[in-house]
Amino acid sequence: MYNTNKVIIGIIVFIIFFAMPFWLNFGKVEALPKPELPKEEKKCIEDTDYMKAYHMKFLDEWRKTKVREGKVNYINNEGKIYKMSLQRTCMKCHDNKEKFCDRCHKNLVVQPDCWKCHLAPEEVKKWQ
Amino acid sequence: MAIKRRTFLKLLGIGSISTVSVAGLGNLLSQAEVKAVEHKAPEGALKAQRWGMVIDVKKCIEAGSDCMNNCPAIQACHSTHNVPNIPDKKKEIKWIWSDSFEHAFPELRDERVMEHLSKFPFLLLCNHCDNPPCVRVCPTKATFKRSDGIIMMDFHRCIGCRFCMAGCPYGSRSFNWIDPRPYISKVNPEFPTRTPGVVEKCLFCYQRLDEGKLPACVEACTAKALLFGDLNDPNSEVRQILKERFAIRRKVELGTNPSVYYVI
Amino acid sequence: MLEYALKGTKKYWLWVFFLAILILIGFSFYYQQLEVGLGITGMSRDVSWAFYIANFTFLVGIAASAVTIVLPYYWHNHKVYGKMTLVGEFLAVAAITMCLLFVVIDMGQPMRVFNVIRYPTPNSILFYDVIVLNGYLILNLICAWTVLHSYYKGVAYPSWLKPVIFLAIMWAPLIHIVTAFIYQGLPGRHYWLTAIMAPKFLASAFCSGPALLVILASLLKKVANFDIGDKAFETLGKTVTYFYLVFIGFYLFEVFTVFYSNIPGHKAPFQYLFIGFEGHAEWVPFMWTAVVLALIALILLINPATRKKETTLVLACLAVFFSAYIEKGIGLITGGFTPNAFETVTPYRPTFPEAMITLGVWATGFLVLTILYKLVLEVERRKNLAVKLQKN
Repeated sequence: MYNTNKVIIGIIVFIIFFAMPFWLNFGKVEALPKPELPKEEKKCIEDTDYMKAYHMKFLDEWRKTKVREGKVNYINNEGKIYKMSLQRTCMKCHDNKEKFCDRCHKNLVVQPDCWKCHLAPEEVKKWQ
Repeated sequence: MAIKRRTFLKLLGIGSISTVSVAGLGNLLSQAEVKAVEHKAPEGALKAQRWGMVIDVKKCIEAGSDCMNNCPAIQACHSTHNVPNIPDKKKEIKWIWSDSFEHAFPELRDERVMEHLSKFPFLLLCNHCDNPPCVRVCPTKATFKRSDGIIMMDFHRCIGCRFCMAGCPYGSRSFNWIDPRPYISKVNPEFPTRTPGVVEKCLFCYQRLDEGKLPACVEACTAKALLFGDLNDPNSEVRQILKERFAIRRKVELGTNPSVYYVI
Repeated sequence: MLEYALKGTKKYWLWVFFLAILILIGFSFYYQQLEVGLGITGMSRDVSWAFYIANFTFLVGIAASAVTIVLPYYWHNHKVYGKMTLVGEFLAVAAITMCLLFVVIDMGQPMRVFNVIRYPTPNSILFYDVIVLNGYLILNLICAWTVLHSYYKGVAYPSWLKPVIFLAIMWAPLIHIVTAFIYQGLPGRHYWLTAIMAPKFLASAFCSGPALLVILASLLKKVANFDIGDKAFETLGKTVTYFYLVFIGFYLFEVFTVFYSNIPGHKAPFQYLFIGFEGHAEWVPFMWTAVVLALIALILLINPATRKKETTLVLACLAVFFSAYIEKGIGLITGGFTPNAFETVTPYRPTFPEAMITLGVWATGFLVLTILYKLVLEVERRKNLAVKLQKN
């Protein structure tokens, strides 16, 4: 191999650089996030497990059918009807975005852009 | 090697050319007509084949200058839809606003005619054209026409290219140059705000129609100067007034076929 | 070959460093634009496209103009352009790079740029523009790179390239026609709603592009000892002259139609640009500068003596380039939006951040150009060296 030394140093630097998040967070293991669930409601629109895994796809589907197809209602697998609305349906029970959405999202470093337009309940309070 | 580079490139060339030409031909055949997206009104919603508005400017005058200066229709619309009040005219956002005759109908400007007409305020908003240039030019279908005549905006999809603003001959569209939230004095928790970098405009209160309510401006107008209804229904209120009074629409010569009429 | 770009003189590195600084400055302002929004520019509700899109339009022309070199060389076997073709094709590559950057920079939601491909919309001209611009970039890269590589290896370029080159030739006018269609198909924008827009675009492209090539070639002769030959300069001069005359003609046809028909809406943008409209005359000095430059260029170009002399030809080309930049770059877009839909004037002036971002994009284009030209020059230098060694 040509330039063996340089190549090896390069590989090492590369590995260190790409493993950066791992090094930076080493030994700082936080407890698993615990999103605060609504107290009054026991059941979400669909099963908790389903919502946990697929809420993003679910919401994406809602916004498509609502805005583009003009449909208003969602019927869940028990036949119950819900209005498709993030602000008017989801956030009526999950009335704190920071304690519900953000806790997991922060931990996983995902930044959904919902809230650039949609108003979180605590955001609304700022105006009052 | 089963396929030679030469053959591959040839196929690639033929493939791409035919794709482009088929797309181009399709476009030509459709004559740049915009196809409406099928819309079925949900239960309990107001229904129409083609929504339209008639604005009776005489009633505005009769309501007096106080009403004209603090138009309740404009205020209702802007507070319902969280439209910010940005003082810088260049960055301003408006869904419905009032302007003079010579600005609303620049091609009809005439000093003698204006002696009479310049005292009327003209409420301007999206015309929800039957043949909308904004929809024709949008590269992502972020703005589209529904089969009930409403020109919708999908704020999730808008890339902020502003082609629609160049296409709209009525200046009905506003762009979010900056974050609008600091300029909203009172927020409506039922409706979203917008993010910087998307275009917005009047949506004929599609969300209120779904609930069986008339648009916010129509409901709020104390002078009853705004009428809203089905332009395709000969018995509708809007058609009744069009049968009796002289009405004009903005820039009809452009073939956009607006759905907003002004009766004088 | 690419490693040639990594070895250079001190001057070369100084130039690259200078461009890199401009790019960094531009990028820092672009970061601000990403944070704040397009509000940091001078654009407004009424003038909703401006400097970025203007530069984009101008550069599409520069890119398309490569065809004025490539066509005579490959189609008519015009050997004079032997050294010039690669310079022309790589200029197209750099120009298209800038175009694509300007389009993305002008977007309110650049993260969603792929929505154009995810939801293809054939009734939008932008859809076709994306296809033709990217296609042209790829075609030019393939052509120029393969030819250069074959030259480097000392072999004739492969025969499969010929159809690709011809496709690139036919593709070139397309990019500018489609770009013109973006403007000329809009109802209610009087300044743009004219069938002569596309031919006018092509004419101004085919004079400003070769003009830039003359300037670049003369620079390369000075700093890099790369001579395209007097004959090539002369032919380029003729191309610039004829297309400039055609362009001036088209523009005057437009002026005749507008003022003889006397339709107020169609007159208004011309009045705004050249004499001022309702008390607004922001761009009048610029437009008259363009007129003066055009006159200088015409005098220098039409007179055979000054056209054939390199120094005066370069001067004429500078005049052509800048007058075209003002007309297409500034006049076209602001003229299209002013007066607005209400026949009133909202003045537009680019802001400092807007200008710096634009400068950053131009610097990026010149960096791409520098690297590609460096390869050409280096390959050429080595060839000459080999020839000399063989002779000895």
